[in-house]
Amino acid sequence: MRSPESPVLTIDGLIKDVGPLASLDGKMLRVVSDLSMFAEHGQITALLGANGAGKTTTLECAQGLQKRTGGRIGLLGEDPDAAGANLRSRVGVMLQDGGLPPSARPIPLLRHIAGMYQNPLPLDGLVERLGIDTFSRTGVRRLSGGQKQRLSLAAALIGNPEVLFLDEPSAGLDPQSRQIVFELIAELRDAGMGIILTTHLMDDAQRLADYVYIIDAGRNVAEGTVADLLSHGHEAMDGVTERTLFFDAPAGLDIAAAIGDELTITESRAGSYAIAGTLTPQHLAKLTAWWAEKGIMPASLRLEARSLEDVFLDISGRDIR
Amino acid sequence: MTSAIPVRSTPHAGPAPLMRRILLQGRYETLTMIRNGEQLILAVIMPLLALVGLTVTPLLDGLGANRVDIATPGVLALCAMSTAFTGQGIATGFDRRYGVLRFLSTTPLGRTGLIAGKIIAVLAVLVLQVLVIGAVAALLGWHPRPEGWLPGLGLLVLGAAAFTALGLLVAGTVRPEATLAITNLLWILLGALGGIVVPAERLPELAQNVVHFLPSGALGQSLRDAFLHGNVSLPYVLVLLLWTIVPGAAAVRWFKWN
Repeated sequence: MRSPESPVLTIDGLIKDVGPLASLDGKMLRVVSDLSMFAEHGQITALLGANGAGKTTTLECAQGLQKRTGGRIGLLGEDPDAAGANLRSRVGVMLQDGGLPPSARPIPLLRHIAGMYQNPLPLDGLVERLGIDTFSRTGVRRLSGGQKQRLSLAAALIGNPEVLFLDEPSAGLDPQSRQIVFELIAELRDAGMGIILTTHLMDDAQRLADYVYIIDAGRNVAEGTVADLLSHGHEAMDGVTERTLFFDAPAGLDIAAAIGDELTITESRAGSYAIAGTLTPQHLAKLTAWWAEKGIMPASLRLEARSLEDVFLDISGRDIR
Repeated sequence: MTSAIPVRSTPHAGPAPLMRRILLQGRYETLTMIRNGEQLILAVIMPLLALVGLTVTPLLDGLGANRVDIATPGVLALCAMSTAFTGQGIATGFDRRYGVLRFLSTTPLGRTGLIAGKIIAVLAVLVLQVLVIGAVAALLGWHPRPEGWLPGLGLLVLGAAAFTALGLLVAGTVRPEATLAITNLLWILLGALGGIVVPAERLPELAQNVVHFLPSGALGQSLRDAFLHGNVSLPYVLVLLLWTIVPGAAAVRWFKWN
């Protein structure tokens, strides 16, 4: 495990039991077992895992919203279970379900929350930056999912925290909202904020995170930078890693005739091809020469290395839980 | 939408002072309550209907005082039950459902500030109710004993505390739909048969023996004692204290924040 230079959050051997549950004959269910992690200032740390892996529970223990069963947690050096107003003023929280009163209007609500802090961020800048001015007269209950998420983010940021917790920040975001939110998160990281987020989307982690913990069944099963995780189990095969080439072209082509049969060639839909395996420049040269000879121009063409999703599925198994 | 957020590089300034946080939350919750149409019906319209109804019908005749003098203290007690138990209970239940309690408890306000804010909102709405009901009752000829006001207002606050504790206990332990059903049903039952607006001696015999031990009966009877005769009966104060302490302790123990 790495050692943090400037930790905002340290979790050491976290255990959380819930229950007793009737479905388990009155026994307790261990939702987090022996989970350890760090998060630093100026970094985005992601907890990546399937639904029910224990990500939200871990976050809520770190925020002091749930009492842990065992282990140690330091949030800015303090125990979150004993947190006072001073610690809470340094920590911003965006909950998965928003936590905004349905009858409230965005601006009065943000102004109210801002009043809880000695020196909050200027409201206007935040409102404009997150595009809240475009729906400022709409009650919370009538907002779209993306609008609610942006308002929740503003509510978490208004106190200008040092640490920001985001539980599934991209849930319900349309592409525009996602762009706005992701740019802002990256900018806050660059300004030195320590950001801890959960996600079940590989794409989020790949785009945003400086450091990723993969959580499965309440444990951290792998950790590292995105680059570390992508090279997991792929130590140089003569310098070549596995790739997949996707392209769309007329249906029923005999690709093996052009490039041989050492690669896995599939036509998932008529005219939609994937060539997977240890692709070399020679394979590409043969393929494109064959296209030129036959007068084939693909409608689309995409080459992908191993994705974080592959890593995640390798580690946590391909079973659907 | 490309302007930079002016994130501060200076050391963190911390939370606003405790009193300011609590007062802000109290103001916010008060405004939320009085802007809610259903709450207003429960808090003002229903008590006004009860007041007028009891004043124009002979239901309270023969009890040794005129109708409006007997009716008004009970209606004030009904106001406390509307606001502190039913209104505040339902609002808290749904705030819990929507995660509002959890979110606010992560801000500098915290859980203690949140509860303090709710208590301020209950008291603020109660003041408005006393002003409205008092004014209408005065127009109908209400003549309370002047020495009744001090104990009367004290009892009203104590009653509101008991109903707040009960409301929070219900809101914090069952689903909000159940909170809605339970607090509305109890409002009707206690309002009609709980000794709150209709004095115990006008209730069925079975109810007569019970109502003195209920928060509704204790508050209604003691407010009538205060405003009609200017005295305070200690047994009722004890009953109200018990109804504050026991449900309050139970709420502290069993209230679920999520």
